[in-house]
Parts: sequence; structure tokens; C-alpha cells
Amino acid sequence: MANRDVVITGIGLVSSLGEGGEAHWQKLSAPDAAPVIDVARFSPYSIHPLPEIDWGLQIAKRGDQRQMETWQRLGTYTAGMALDDAGIKGNDELSTTMDMVVAAGGGERDEAVDAGVLAASETRGDRDVLLNEKLTTELRPTLFLAQLSNLLAGNISIVHKVTGSSRTFMGEEGAGVSAIETAAARIRSGQSTHVLVGGAFQTEHSDMLLGYELAGYLHRGPWKPVWQRQGSEGGGVVSGSGGAFLVLESREHAEARGQKIYAQLGPVVSGRARRRRDGGLEAGLAELLTRAQLPDGELLAISGASGAHAATATEKAVLGAKPIAARALSSLTGHMKEAQFPFAVALAALAVDRGAGYPAFEAGEKEFAGKPRNVLATAVGYHQFEGLALVSAPR
Amino acid sequence: MANLKDHLGRPVVAVTGIGVVTSLGVGKADNWAALTAGKSGIHPITRFPTELLNTRISGMVDFLPSSTKGASALTYELAETAALEAVEEAGFAGGDFDGPLFLASPPVELDWRDRFALYAGDDEGSASERLLKVARSQNSLDMFDTSQFGSIADRLADRFGTRGLPITTSTACASGATAIQLGVEAIRRGECDRALSVGADGSATAEALIRFSLLSALSTNNDVPEKASKPFSKDRDGFVLAEGSAALVLESLESALARGAEVLGILRGCGEKADDFHRTRSKPDGSPAIGAVKAALADAGLSEDEIDYVNAHGTSTPENDKMEHLSLSTVFGERIRKIPVSSNKSMIGHTLSAAGAIEAAFSLMTMREGVIPPTINYDNPDPSIELDVVPNVKRKAEVRTVLSNSFGFGGQNTCLVMAREPV
Repeated sequence: MANRDVVITGIGLVSSLGEGGEAHWQKLSAPDAAPVIDVARFSPYSIHPLPEIDWGLQIAKRGDQRQMETWQRLGTYTAGMALDDAGIKGNDELSTTMDMVVAAGGGERDEAVDAGVLAASETRGDRDVLLNEKLTTELRPTLFLAQLSNLLAGNISIVHKVTGSSRTFMGEEGAGVSAIETAAARIRSGQSTHVLVGGAFQTEHSDMLLGYELAGYLHRGPWKPVWQRQGSEGGGVVSGSGGAFLVLESREHAEARGQKIYAQLGPVVSGRARRRRDGGLEAGLAELLTRAQLPDGELLAISGASGAHAATATEKAVLGAKPIAARALSSLTGHMKEAQFPFAVALAALAVDRGAGYPAFEAGEKEFAGKPRNVLATAVGYHQFEGLALVSAPR
Repeated sequence: MANLKDHLGRPVVAVTGIGVVTSLGVGKADNWAALTAGKSGIHPITRFPTELLNTRISGMVDFLPSSTKGASALTYELAETAALEAVEEAGFAGGDFDGPLFLASPPVELDWRDRFALYAGDDEGSASERLLKVARSQNSLDMFDTSQFGSIADRLADRFGTRGLPITTSTACASGATAIQLGVEAIRRGECDRALSVGADGSATAEALIRFSLLSALSTNNDVPEKASKPFSKDRDGFVLAEGSAALVLESLESALARGAEVLGILRGCGEKADDFHRTRSKPDGSPAIGAVKAALADAGLSEDEIDYVNAHGTSTPENDKMEHLSLSTVFGERIRKIPVSSNKSMIGHTLSAAGAIEAAFSLMTMREGVIPPTINYDNPDPSIELDVVPNVKRKAEVRTVLSNSFGFGGQNTCLVMAREPV
């Protein structure tokens, strides 16, 4: 045990299942947890939609809410929950010295403006001039900021006064992995004492689906849980809206202020497997598992598997060859891209804190009985990048 | 014998390779010659028609093979070109760099030409349904890659053999400085002996220009493009959108000396502070920028008296220049009138995600060459900004230390302190 052990002291979660660590624990620890799925709105794709949210609970000023599109609002809201949970929200001393690493994609374009441009392109040959004409007159000036990647962090600074530092990482699931890995490394080395880290993904926008579907990654047809989508129509991914933020702290910092510790964050490891090579991902994951220093015996894992056929089959095989009982969180929440890894780490921390595992999220997942002292969190990108974290009971 | 540890006992971080591309040209030699000659790279936009646009000038990089192939392709080529120059200089050109990669690059979006192409591939349903349907039937990895935020770094990692999962960062106009800071911190933590930090931005599309234009951020001095970017001048009216890239090979001084590499400079300190005031405006008292400058000095173990030159953020927007002057005069006091403060952006425009990296590269060259690049177009000084901006003509000077500022939308403030020699 060292003063610079990294501990988790705040959890903010939003998904189709609801909001908050407690609500997610209640839903997911019940044996018959059922996903919330919207099959109609983006047919032939299923999505897991956002629940009803009273934004004012975390974003007091309506003016601030209006400056953000849903993705930024979701992230800012979820970050506020984590800060509240860690007893930091509203504490100037702690907020202004807090570092922040946000995993972000991009925000929502104006679909109506885009559709208007595309419709006009059918009768206009001068598309470049058409773009100038439409975009200069129809784009809302503030939309640029409401969709800009680093403005999720910017809004968190404005709304929650987190101003020690602000960094945004981009790159799908890998951004979430790097964000947590970097935050933990900064704490371990003494570069930070407390860090807000996480991300959000709002899938209810056609461009967010397009980001997967350009390479045919989305699952079509009747919904199925993650491990059972092989061979189904489409690419296997069902996306969901959600967000996950964590407050990470040095043990010393958390203990000095008497803050409740959910769990300790052990090794966080990341990789860029050469997936085009035969066995590339398999070898990459095996190496990560070695570096994660897994304890002996049976281990519970919260898997961020996306459902993407190749990556998910490989993860299943690699984890399945070990005494690991994996729970695919996307079966219940959908795939939340940049937020996927932070979400998996949060669920791992909740299990450690409550001293109980999750029942199988779908038929076929290995049983896990007993009290988990260590829980593995995984994120194997649907297309690229991988990461693991081992979350343990605080000593 | 130089100290291998800094004032806080951390590994000293050296620079052993530098690469740069701007509208002034490819590579350090061409850029430096133009920069010190006070030459502007700002020119009329030719990449797309400028009808109906208020701003018709930019510092786009129009001379690369990818210059007409979209933001993603151009950003990759800019990053690759600068990184290649840097790793060659450092002696790691074999495709086995074996240190982490930190890339600052603009957020990606599917190019309009691809949207048009997808839309034209079907004729039923709403626009978004058509795009999705055609996308899944075409299943084009090339198009897909341009929509993934991690793709450019993934390709660079393949190209240069960097280690591990590459980090792509965006802190708006401070991104390039953040990429360098991430590399410095990784070396200081002992995670690696060297890191490749790259800032690249080839995203000057019509839509990007229009977005900044709608925020009234851009200069509309279209008639004499080379005169449009005029930081610290009374009649400045916005920044000039530009493209470019720079790469630094960062290396622990210990590693650099052990392998006999030439040390091009020292990355002594990094500082940052977020602003919680407004999405595009700075806190009126300048306290976040002041905090970032002070944090960088403290991290470098230098006092205010020990900075010889400031490479300003100097965007040529009324807001930035006023706030930057306020913060510098607060930190440096009366001495700020005597410290040369120049803006590279007067010549290359604002290269956004790349700016912090490019300006760090130029800062390092300033120290090595003993020549300070000027702030050009300084014909009409703003009397409320009393700075020695190195007006219009380069100046010979011994520069041992530089402060380089980067400030961005979203309350991003990152400052770097560099030194010519180890201590």
C-alpha cells in the first residue's frame, strides 16, 4: 500500500438503464436485468436511448444548457454526478486544483441543414458554391462550439469549475482507455492528486450511426445480446447513449479528506494490436492480460465488447480460455464508444465496493459466485485499440 | 557535465529532432529562411470557391499531394512529413521509433464530397437513411477511416513504429502544446526514453472557415492577404485560418547524451490552467492565462527574470492580443517592455491544432540560430499594448530561454518553457 495508489472516489453514470451508480447497481445486480431498446427510430438498427434526464439537476443555468448539444450536456451532467459523488462539486479548493482528462468524439451536426444541402445537390452542379450558400446562411453560429470535441471539457470547466487542467483525448474506445491510463499514471507519479476522467456518447443522431456503418459495423435485424450476434445480419454493434465519469485520487489525498473509497485502480494497460495480421489481436490481448497482473483464481470481468464480430469473437476466446467470468455490459447499455471503458471500470468498482458479482447479463456467461476482490475491465475497440484495467478492493 | 535531472529530480527532457511544414514551405530550412525574411504565407484561397464568403484568404498548405484530398488525408500527410524530418534528424528513421506517439490533430468529420457521394448512391428515404444504407453497402474502409478519430495516429504509429496505443489530443488552439506536454510528462514519469509529439492540421475546409467566420473570429482583410494577420496592431480584425504541422522528438537528456545525439534544445517546463469563464472569451482578469504562464515557469524552475523571449500566441484577434498582453504584463511586470515578444502567426496565420507544436519548433530554432523572427505587419501599433514585438524585421539576439503561449477555445491555456542548453 502506497500513498500514491490510485483510488476511485466518485462515479457518475448515465445509460438507458437510468442514472447514478446506485441505480445501475440495482438494475444490473438483479438476475433478470432487461435492456431498454428502441428498434423503431433508426430501423433497421436498434439503439439503447437516453433515459429522461432533468438536466437542471447538474447544469443549473438554462443558458449553459442551451450552449450545448445533447452529447456535451450528457457529459457535463455525468461529470457533475461524479463530482457530487466524490464530495468535490461546489468545493472551490478541490475543483480549481483538479485535473481533467475527457475522452471525446464529436458532437451533433445540424441534420436539417445537412439534409437541405444534400437535397439541393440533386439539382445543383456547383456543390462547392451550394455549400457556401447554405452553410453561411443556415448554420447556427454557436453550433460549432456545441459540437466541438474539446468543448465537453470546456463546459465542465464552466459549469463545475474544474480548472486545474483540461485535456481531451480522441479516438473511440482507445481515447477512454488512454484517458484513464494517463490520469492514473499522473496520480502514481505525483503529477496530479485528483483527476476527473470519463466520456459520453450520444448515439441518437444519424451521423453517430454512420461512424460505425461506413465500415458495416452495426447489427441489423432482431436484437440479440453481445456474445450471440456472430453470424447475424450486419456487423454486430448495437450502440447506446450514455456517459461515465470517475473521480480518481491518490489514496493519500482521499484519506486526508475522509472520502469514501469505492475501489483501488490497479494496472491500466493499453495496446494497439496489429489486427490485420493473423492472430494479431489474440496476441495483443494475451500480452495485455499478462501486463495486467491478474490474480490467481476465478475472476469477474466487465467486458466492454462491442459486438463487432471479429473483435468480440477474439475477446470471447481469449477471456474464455482463462477462469474469467465476463459480463458484456453492452448487452444492457449498448456500445458507448469513448465512454465504454470508463463505464466498464465504474461497474467493476461498484462490484468491488458492494462485495458481490453481477449475475450473467446473458445466457451462456460463466457463473461467478462469491465476493469479488478484483474485477477486470476491458475495452477491445470495434475497429482498433484495446485496454484493460484491474480494479481491486481498497486495502 | 550537464545535470540529467531537473530541479525537481525528474529526467531532463531534450529535443533531438524537429520537423515543420507551414504555408511557407516544407522543412526547417525553407521555413526558417522565409520566417526570418518576414515573408507571409497568407494567400487567396484557391482550394474551393470563395463566392459568398466574407473571408477569402488563408494560410492553407496547397503544395502537398494531399492538399486537395480532404482534411483527413492532408492532416495525415502534414503529420507524416513533419514527423519524418524530425525522426531523421534524431536518427530514428528506420520505422522503429519505439517510443509513444502523441498527436494533436483536429476533430474529424466526414468530408462533404463523401456525403454527396453517399447521398447520390440511392434515391429513397430521408437523407440520413440514404447515407446509412449506401454506407453499409459500399463498406469503404477509406471513407470509414476519415470518420474515426484515432485513424491518423494509427497510421502514423504504423509508419514510424511508435510504441503502444497512440494518443490523439485536442485542446483546440493549444493542442500542439498539449501533445508536447504529454510527451514531456511520459519521459519524466520514466515510462519511456523518448516520445514523438506531433501537431498537424489540414482541416481548412469551407465549412471550417464558415464556422469560424460565423463566430466573427476571422480577418476579412482579403485585398492584401499577406497584410491580414497583424498581431498587436490597432487595426487587427481576426485571425487567418491556416494549416501546417510540426513534430518534435523528445528524449531524456540521459538517453540523448548516451547515444551521442545532438541536443537541439531542452523542454524545461509545461504549465496549464483551464478557464471557466466562457466558451470563447477569457476571464477578464486574465487569471487563467497568468496561471498557465506561472505554472510553466515554476515547472521549469525559472523565475520571471530568466525568460529571454516570448513566442506569443498572438492570433491577431482583438480579444487574444489584449488578454495576452494583460497576462504577460501581470507576470513579468515592467520588464515585459524589454522582453522581445513576437508572433509567428503574423506570417503563417493560425494553424489551430498544429500551432503550439509549430511555434515550439520555431522557438527552439530561434534559440539555436540566435535570431528572433519578427512580428510582421506591425505598421499601426495598438497603443494600449506596449510590447517589444520585434516589429517587421528579424533581430539578432542571444536567446537562452523562451516562453511559448497557446490559448484556445474552451478555456484551454497551455504554456511551454524551452531552453537552449541543459544546465
